[in-house]
Amino acid sequence: MTAHRPGSAAPAEPGTGAERTSTSAPVHGTGTDDAAGGTTARPKRSGHGFLRYLVQRLLVTVGLLLGTTVIGFSLVQLAPGDPVAANLSDAALGNPAIVAAFEEKWGLDEPLPVQYVTYLGNLVQGDLGTSQRTGRPVLTELLDYVPATMEIAVPTLLISLVISIGLGLLSAIRNGGAADQTVRVFSLVGLSTPPFWLAILALYLFFFVLGVSPSGGRLSPQFSPPEPVTGLYTVDALLQGDVLLAWDAAQHAMLPILVLTLVTVATLTRFVRSALLEVLRKDYMLAARAKGLSSRVVLTKHLLRAGLLPILTIAGLTFASLLAGTVLVESIFSWPGLGSYAYESATALDRSAILGASLFIAAVYLGVNLVVDLLYGLADPRVRLT
Amino acid sequence: MTRTHSSLTELTEEQEAATVTPSDDPAAPRRRWWQARTEASRIWRQPVVVVALLVAGAWLVVAIAAPLLAPFDPLQQSSDVYASPGGDHLFGTDALGRDVLSRVIYGARLSIPLALTIVLCALAFGGLLGLVAGYVRGIIGESIMRLTDLFFAFPQIILAMAVAAAFGPSTLNAVVALVIVSWPIYARVIRGAVLSIRSEDYLNASRMLGVGPVAALRRDVMPNSFGPAVVLATLELGNSMLLLAALSFLGLGPRPPAAEWGAMIALGTNDISRWWVSVFPGLAILTVVMACNIIGDALRDRFDPQSVGGR
Repeated sequence: MTAHRPGSAAPAEPGTGAERTSTSAPVHGTGTDDAAGGTTARPKRSGHGFLRYLVQRLLVTVGLLLGTTVIGFSLVQLAPGDPVAANLSDAALGNPAIVAAFEEKWGLDEPLPVQYVTYLGNLVQGDLGTSQRTGRPVLTELLDYVPATMEIAVPTLLISLVISIGLGLLSAIRNGGAADQTVRVFSLVGLSTPPFWLAILALYLFFFVLGVSPSGGRLSPQFSPPEPVTGLYTVDALLQGDVLLAWDAAQHAMLPILVLTLVTVATLTRFVRSALLEVLRKDYMLAARAKGLSSRVVLTKHLLRAGLLPILTIAGLTFASLLAGTVLVESIFSWPGLGSYAYESATALDRSAILGASLFIAAVYLGVNLVVDLLYGLADPRVRLT
Repeated sequence: MTRTHSSLTELTEEQEAATVTPSDDPAAPRRRWWQARTEASRIWRQPVVVVALLVAGAWLVVAIAAPLLAPFDPLQQSSDVYASPGGDHLFGTDALGRDVLSRVIYGARLSIPLALTIVLCALAFGGLLGLVAGYVRGIIGESIMRLTDLFFAFPQIILAMAVAAAFGPSTLNAVVALVIVSWPIYARVIRGAVLSIRSEDYLNASRMLGVGPVAALRRDVMPNSFGPAVVLATLELGNSMLLLAALSFLGLGPRPPAAEWGAMIALGTNDISRWWVSVFPGLAILTVVMACNIIGDALRDRFDPQSVGGR
């Protein structure tokens, strides 16, 4: 029973909290944990700090992108069964010419490394394979579905940010108080709720019981989609000057946005709260108070400004995870977005479509990460030195 | 002293003594993490945590005693389709006339052990890699951490979906898929814990005394990174359950007619007006996951007072 303890008074296990809650640096997936490892050579402080940082981030992102393709390729390899049978529809399988063309295109008779290069080459050219279900190229299909997802993901992110920063601020400055407890319980419930279940409840309440919401889809049957400019029906309709159409599109988007917002706010509020609490513990907050600044000045000039950076990071990550979150919500609202596409592909076991959707979302995720890291590097020069 | 090692016994005792540095408060009692009575008892005094423990315990009982508690066979179909809650069927029946209450009760037998399996496998795999990455460092450690970065690039549910769909839908493949997507967080956290103790005096001492890396990992590093592992596993248990439910909801989990909570919620989408078909399994997931999160949060607040309820 006598395992060695680290120095007795110090908290024995700092790892968990530090790794999960530290919001003072870009969080996920981009190798910033080097700060803890400290093995990498530190670039010297120079006038080209940002350029160096930019190049380094770009390289990391490209490396991770390549890595995701390796995972994608391995999944195809690991999948049991004949890749030809798994990727072609029954009709195509009956045609020897199509089968031969498929084997030729993906280099199926070559050794695995060569196959990977072929696969990568096809990917770079935007060829994510062909959907078994529809026979159309996966990339074309994905691009058809993305605008619908954006129409609910972008408003969700904006609304969630406003609510979360408000609630997180309230919770942080009333740390331990009744307001804080309420906010914490709310976000705990939100974190523990399956999003797809919440979507069904919302649909039941607002469509079936109250009758104030449409049952699903992007438009009522009597309307036809507006001329595509942005792909967002509401925006496109307004561009056309068709207010009725815009209102109908907005009504259809409301319920998915509501559900996604509830889920997102739950996660985001926790982050904002702990990011702000971290700032609140800083000595300069005490100093600001001590020199007699008003609460309003301390809050806006010191607290929010210092807390905004970590919140920016999390906002970026949240956007990417929103794309994933739609998988579980869109299908319930018959919302023809990425999520529905992934869901329909998954239930039909359409492998190339699912892999394509996963790679696409991973690529977006990495891209958002990159942008956030770069913004962060611009805003806080210290980050570039990690 | 149960953990003796032939000739090293006295040496370990020396190290024991060495850990009590002059800066130590002599009044501070020497305890391991689970013996921290004052702090721990404060946790148990929080009513929310007590309720969470009761809920978790109740679900365990339900899972174990499912055949005794369930009024009907969960797979038994009947002509009494979509019966409203009340009467014979407290939670109503679904489209095939199966008793929702019985299916929710039997669902505990499926969801809870599966979530536990996922957490334990991911903890074993990710924890081992994290131990190695934190202790060995160099090329091996670096590549392990880059690999975790890679897995963090995929949103969990998307990667799990891709894996489960590639392998084909089944209970086993869903578990494999969820282990594959959830090990990186364990690797990262355990590595952090190892890094924070690897420069401790007692580790340096044991290294100077000629204790090899494997022995040091097993004897010193592993026991001391146990706390973060427990906290993380508790929090991740809820997350695993949500992911498992999501996979089943997508049709990539246990095959029908298995009574899995996520799959049961999916049945409710067929006819939105029969709310009871999806509401009750959803409440089951919500209560279990909330209990896990509350207990995990309480454990974390205990271990790491610096992190205030963030995640």
